[in-house]
Amino acid sequence: MIAHSIFFYFFSIVAIISAIMVTASKNTVHSVFFLILDFISISCLFIMIGAEFLGMIMLIVYVGAVAVLFLFVVMMLNVAQQKNQWFLSKSSSRHIPIGLIISAIIFFELIIVVGGWKYKPDLVSLSSIGSTNEISNTHSLGQVLYTEYIHIFQISGMILLIAMIGAIVLTYRQREGVKTQSYVKQISRERSEGVEVLEVQSNKGVKIDD
Amino acid sequence: MIDIGLGHYLTLGAVIFTIGIIGIFLNRKNIIVILMSIELILLSVNINLVSFSIFLNDLSGQVFTLFILTVAAAEAAIGLAIIVVYYRNSGTIRVEDIDKLKG
Repeated sequence: MIAHSIFFYFFSIVAIISAIMVTASKNTVHSVFFLILDFISISCLFIMIGAEFLGMIMLIVYVGAVAVLFLFVVMMLNVAQQKNQWFLSKSSSRHIPIGLIISAIIFFELIIVVGGWKYKPDLVSLSSIGSTNEISNTHSLGQVLYTEYIHIFQISGMILLIAMIGAIVLTYRQREGVKTQSYVKQISRERSEGVEVLEVQSNKGVKIDD
Repeated sequence: MIDIGLGHYLTLGAVIFTIGIIGIFLNRKNIIVILMSIELILLSVNINLVSFSIFLNDLSGQVFTLFILTVAAAEAAIGLAIIVVYYRNSGTIRVEDIDKLKG
């Protein structure tokens, strides 16, 4: 129990500090690095409380795909060195106190909800799907995911497909002066425009490729 | 303090959620940091779902965490594509300079 609490406090403090650094660091590349650190510590927390499959999936999806995508875009767009201008420009710093007040209100509301949960823990009844300790976390997730939630699972696959198509369509651009292969032109070519029969006179030759 | 219960995890989720909200409100840099704050918010929602799922012994929270992960990945891809297109067209993604809609 002692080890559990020590690891919980360590990982959560690392997660909170890196979350603060994501929003506060001056360099955008550093923000992406702190985002990766945040994801890694949260997935360590997930593995620690027994959701191993989700922890590993978060490592793969967030650190391996999303954070690398962020890093790629940040380095491609040449915005890494933009200076942080908090509280400097007077016209734009009016909404900062409002933002702080709203954030504080949201935080206290969430804390009140957590406290209410602590005093009345039997507020929500348990669902029929219970995880047993005999089979592993991944095994039980697979048993539920492909039977009870199969439609939502397939719809999430469709969402990924649509996102992929949308990203490709958004960022695709036709460049001028680039030779590409046109299948329609290739297939619809006829013999008359491709082959020409010439009468070659002797000792004169013929000039092709003018 | 020593006994780690559900409240600790929920508090951690609330703190990270609030940091994400503050990151959206107080951002003076570029839109990519706002997208990263949205990722932080989705991460805190994932923390809440997983901790409830573990402490209530109910597996459906983890299943929905998987779906949130899917949606977060799709949202990051689409958002970054939009940012790349905007940068290609107007040359900046600073928050103050993006005022084409006059909002």
